Amino acid sequence: MNKLKISNIVFRIINTSVFLIITLICVFPFYYIFINTISNNDLSSAGKILFYPIGIHFGNYIEVFKLKGIGQAALVSVARTVLGTILTLLGSSFLGYAFCKAEYWKRKFWYRFVVIAMYFNAGLIPWFVTMKSIGLYNNFLAYILPTMVVPFYVILFKTYVEQIPPSLEESVQLDGGGYFVRFFQIILPLSTPILATIGVFACAGQWNSFMDTLFLMKSQNLFTLQYVMYQYLNEVNALANLMRTSQATNVNAASMNLLTPTSVRMTVSFVVIVPILFVYPFLQRYFVKGIMIGAIKG
Amino acid sequence: MNLIYNQLAIKNIGTNLRWELITIKVIATVKKPGFRLFLISLPFLIAVFVFSYLPLYGWTYAFFDYHAGMHLKDCTFVGLKFFHSMVDNPVSRQEILQVLSNTFGMSFLGILVSPLPVIFAIFLMEIKPKHLRGSIQTLTTLPNFISWVLVFSVAWSMFSVEDGFVNRLLMSTHIINTEINFFASTDHVWLTMLGYSLWKNLGWNAIMYISAITAIDTEQYEAARVDGAGRFQCMWHITVPGIMPTYFVLLLLSIANFLNNGMEQYYLFQNPMNKSAIEVLDLYVYNMGMVGQNISYSTAVGILKSLVSVTLLFFANGMSKVIRKESII
Repeated sequence: MNKLKISNIVFRIINTSVFLIITLICVFPFYYIFINTISNNDLSSAGKILFYPIGIHFGNYIEVFKLKGIGQAALVSVARTVLGTILTLLGSSFLGYAFCKAEYWKRKFWYRFVVIAMYFNAGLIPWFVTMKSIGLYNNFLAYILPTMVVPFYVILFKTYVEQIPPSLEESVQLDGGGYFVRFFQIILPLSTPILATIGVFACAGQWNSFMDTLFLMKSQNLFTLQYVMYQYLNEVNALANLMRTSQATNVNAASMNLLTPTSVRMTVSFVVIVPILFVYPFLQRYFVKGIMIGAIKG
Repeated sequence: MNLIYNQLAIKNIGTNLRWELITIKVIATVKKPGFRLFLISLPFLIAVFVFSYLPLYGWTYAFFDYHAGMHLKDCTFVGLKFFHSMVDNPVSRQEILQVLSNTFGMSFLGILVSPLPVIFAIFLMEIKPKHLRGSIQTLTTLPNFISWVLVFSVAWSMFSVEDGFVNRLLMSTHIINTEINFFASTDHVWLTMLGYSLWKNLGWNAIMYISAITAIDTEQYEAARVDGAGRFQCMWHITVPGIMPTYFVLLLLSIANFLNNGMEQYYLFQNPMNKSAIEVLDLYVYNMGMVGQNISYSTAVGILKSLVSVTLLFFANGMSKVIRKESII
């Protein structure tokens, strides 16, 4: 019995330590980036910041927004996240609701029409040519219109609404309310959990989206934070130039913490991570719920 | 004469009647609430059509000698030329084989490590303190919610010559004297790519199994323990069979997605040094079509890929129907 207990303790210690190491591997990079953004920029560029910050200052977070393109990119990112999420919620939930109604004209056909779109795609080049020919090339709408109806969310919402007792809706039907009234006054308020789930997924998707900028956007003022960050990571020389011109015009450049390519890269990265870092722990349960409903549906 | 006129009149009445009937039917349909609902949702259906079905029209480019800026009607019809050139032209054949081997290799590695999230979930559930377990779960899921660009940035901060933590650490402890350029290396590209996607997805992929485990009846464990089963016996004889169905579905889906490794990760990590080992099908289509402007050729590659993917999906679904009597799509 005693032997059993010891092996039990040994197992627990090993098991917990392995998981703590995995957790550390997942978290440490974020910590490392963060301490480098708040440390003395020269020390950071020289590679002296490893485990803890030295010479703490928060000037980078102000300076970085003065760089050409960052403020605009942040604006575009926020705009597409907000507008895109609203559109996705509206389109996907209304379609999900509509497909719950047995009286929907040719329901089976249209439902399949939407679901097949989830599994089949024509390929990158034909998609690109289509986007271009309908005028979405280099157009902000290209960020928000294509995700208006996401088949997976339509299925999620439909599954959810099917569980709402129809008697609730009928009470308003008797008072002469149309589909719109019923949808906005009865169905939406009752489906906040699933709306939150879809909303969180859509938000993260919009914020993290990178490829659509790469494929479709030409003008600098339509670039997102993700894309600008990628440029910074990739074009070290261009970045150095950019900083020279930005800071040459800045009279206060003599202050001790001049931006360096390292500090810019890390600070911009952290600016992009922060929203997720802050929002994610609170919304995690919605994510988990979402993946569960998705799992049931397969 | 009169007779003919009469006949014509009757015929006219006939067609008129038919039209009237059709009109009545249409009006009846239109007046139905179901049709009104359809009309309200029509804008959304049009969006689905435009963004998912309309691009199918672009498949025609594969059969013409198309160059950017031209009209399709000015291009010469070349039939299956671009499909043939994939295998006939030695250069493209070489490229295609390389790309396919990259695609298959990395997809296969991905399937090979698919039990890892299962193991992760099973052992995570052995951590009894609820808060500790919850925190570990939250923190290991976090990388899933950052974009691939950020993963690239994180990788840069860890491994680059300029800012990389690993290089800095090794240099400052004098283990190495010159920095290692991890990104330029052609060795083990498949494995490093696998490593990044594991870092990003392991915790997230485990969530589904964790909830499958919590759905297992606890009485089974109690009964087994009364019978003297140890921790590992419980895992092997109760937990593993309990989450097998979930694992099976996900495995089939990853088989169905064998060709679709996506291109974002590979696009970000590609550079002139590692290109030959990292270029997967999706990235090849992009590099050929959008960078190289071989629009017709890359459309042809894309068509083949789409067709094979759909076939694989039906195959996976068929397997599921036979084995689990349930469809996955």
